[in-house]
Amino acid sequence: MPVITYREAVRHALAEELERDTNVVVMGEEVAQFNGAYKVTEGLLARFGPDRIVDTPISEAGFIGMGIGASMLGVRPVMELMFWSFYSVAFDQILNNAANVRYMSGGQINCPIVIRGPANGGTNVGATHSHTPENVLANHPGVKVVVPATAYDAKGLLKSAIRDNDPVFFLENTMLYGEKGEVPTEEYLIPLGKADVKRVGKDLTIVTYGRCVLHSLAAAAVLEKEHNISVEVVDLRSIRPLDIDTVLASVGKTHRVLIVEEQKPFASVGSQLAYMIQREAFDELDGPIHRLATVDAPAIYSPPVEAEQLPNPQRVIKAALAAMA
Amino acid sequence: MSKKPTANTEKKATPAAAVNDFAKAPINARLTKEGKIELHRKMVRIRRFEERSLRAYQAKKIGGFLHLYIGQEAVAVGCCSLMGANDHVITAYRDHGHAIAVGMETKPLMAELYGKSTGCSKGKGGSMHYFDPSRNFWGGHGIVGGQIPLGVGLAYGVKYKGLKGAAMAFMGDGAVNQGAVHEAYNLASLWNLPVVFVIENNGYSMGTSQARSSAGALAQRAAGYDMEWGQCNGHDVYEVRAMMDVFLTRARETNRPSTVEIDTYRYRGHSVADPDNTYRSKQEIEEYRRTKDPIQVFQERLLAEGVLDESLIEKIDNEARTEAELTAEFAEASPFPTPDDIQKDVYWESDHPAERKSEGRLFFD
Repeated sequence: MPVITYREAVRHALAEELERDTNVVVMGEEVAQFNGAYKVTEGLLARFGPDRIVDTPISEAGFIGMGIGASMLGVRPVMELMFWSFYSVAFDQILNNAANVRYMSGGQINCPIVIRGPANGGTNVGATHSHTPENVLANHPGVKVVVPATAYDAKGLLKSAIRDNDPVFFLENTMLYGEKGEVPTEEYLIPLGKADVKRVGKDLTIVTYGRCVLHSLAAAAVLEKEHNISVEVVDLRSIRPLDIDTVLASVGKTHRVLIVEEQKPFASVGSQLAYMIQREAFDELDGPIHRLATVDAPAIYSPPVEAEQLPNPQRVIKAALAAMA
Repeated sequence: MSKKPTANTEKKATPAAAVNDFAKAPINARLTKEGKIELHRKMVRIRRFEERSLRAYQAKKIGGFLHLYIGQEAVAVGCCSLMGANDHVITAYRDHGHAIAVGMETKPLMAELYGKSTGCSKGKGGSMHYFDPSRNFWGGHGIVGGQIPLGVGLAYGVKYKGLKGAAMAFMGDGAVNQGAVHEAYNLASLWNLPVVFVIENNGYSMGTSQARSSAGALAQRAAGYDMEWGQCNGHDVYEVRAMMDVFLTRARETNRPSTVEIDTYRYRGHSVADPDNTYRSKQEIEEYRRTKDPIQVFQERLLAEGVLDESLIEKIDNEARTEAELTAEFAEASPFPTPDDIQKDVYWESDHPAERKSEGRLFFD
């Protein structure tokens, strides 16, 4: 099976869907002539032309809103945010208009739009460019939120997202764009809302998603080798819809839970998970649910310290040992 | 119309203004007698609907806000009367007039105000959120200026699909200071999108007059985006149609966007929650009503043309009053949605379970 980068996997998903459906258009800042700020869309302009691959001005409220309006007429725009951090300047468009228009119209309208781009810290760009808004987005009924961790998942999930008739917010990660993984050449789709057990274990369940999946897998290898702890790593892949059943099945097996997320702790995705696990698997738990999140402050710039603000394998190991104590 | 105007550009230099008698503008000259009566009838129907909805609000049948369109009828009716099959409309929260102007039935409109399941949005949207995609009417939006980028998207969709049409994106004079509006202007002009931005200037953004809220002129700001602009009076439906026809035709034929400012006036407060006693005088309202009421102006015009007579005027008015009364009866008799309805119409997928592709939980408790 070919090994390609996460970046290439996203690009292949875009290209395949552009090829399949002429209603699909890719829009965003620097996606066309510049070949993508992170080179995700490299080569798409040459292949699909300027009507399908569209450079936008730095005008997120304008172009995201425009995409939402076009999607109401059946265009299927895939909008790139150079950073998901810029969602704040388009907040009203994304979370008042895209999220609510179906409801407010009594189900007459739907918005088949995808908004995608990286949402992560770890690149020393400071607090304004390091937001991870998946909890904020998922707090809005009407939207779907996907955070893939691997090249394989990114491709299969993005293709499903583009075919989805509801607004899907697809959160990638600049730290993962260069990560490689096996991706088949034949077409495949991964349904939204289906978690994936990335490592099977029996002593502790780590529930995680996004780049923290990689940290958790690295930590699990050390925990097995040095501490004789068998860790099961459940990758949510999709935040909303949420595959809580796979999480609960794992908890029923290990009876201990650590949630690992690159979120600020207050009212995070992990907060919701912890609520649901205690509510639905209380009798299965042999101890309190633990959670490792980003240290609760705006993203610090200082490069060596930012690595310690975010979850990393060492912090996961420490948190896992605490959860097992 | 004036592209890139200089500081002392003539304020009323619209293409419509070049025609002294707006009835002779080609788009109006082509009107049949029945077409003229229908314009009048629509304005009367809007007014009687709005008056009846106000009474329902005062009787506590309606919750939330109620932004009445009374006084502005010629704007929505004039503009929407020009719509072709591929033309689209989107507006803000003062949306009842546009909904009736595009042809929505009034019973579901009133039922929506009552929060009933027979409402046009099943009681889920309310006064500010009327929609009817089957009539190319895309709302009904509550956040000032937030609908304008969507309007550009409608124009983009029309153009992308290779259709010949245009979008009208309505806003109030208060919306012109919102950033989203300016972003939309830029995109529309940059990408040659067939949209006409319609500023319904009723003089007040809520309780703040134009002089206290907007620096400089309104429509002329379009020139900064290399867009054509125009301005006209909004109390004469002929004048509205004469100007809008020029800009809509240009949008359909050349994809060029434009911004038009239509001067109008609302007789009631910003919403029914506005006691309307702090920022303008009763004399000001009375003066407009006496000299520029859009229904009176057009009625007199059609009387002079021999299109209307007193008995037909009375008949149209009686029918509109009866229609409005029946909407209230319909709304009153209709059921409320149930708590089971709260989670319907949230996701396309949850409303189409047989076609659902995703898995996992969509809703949480």
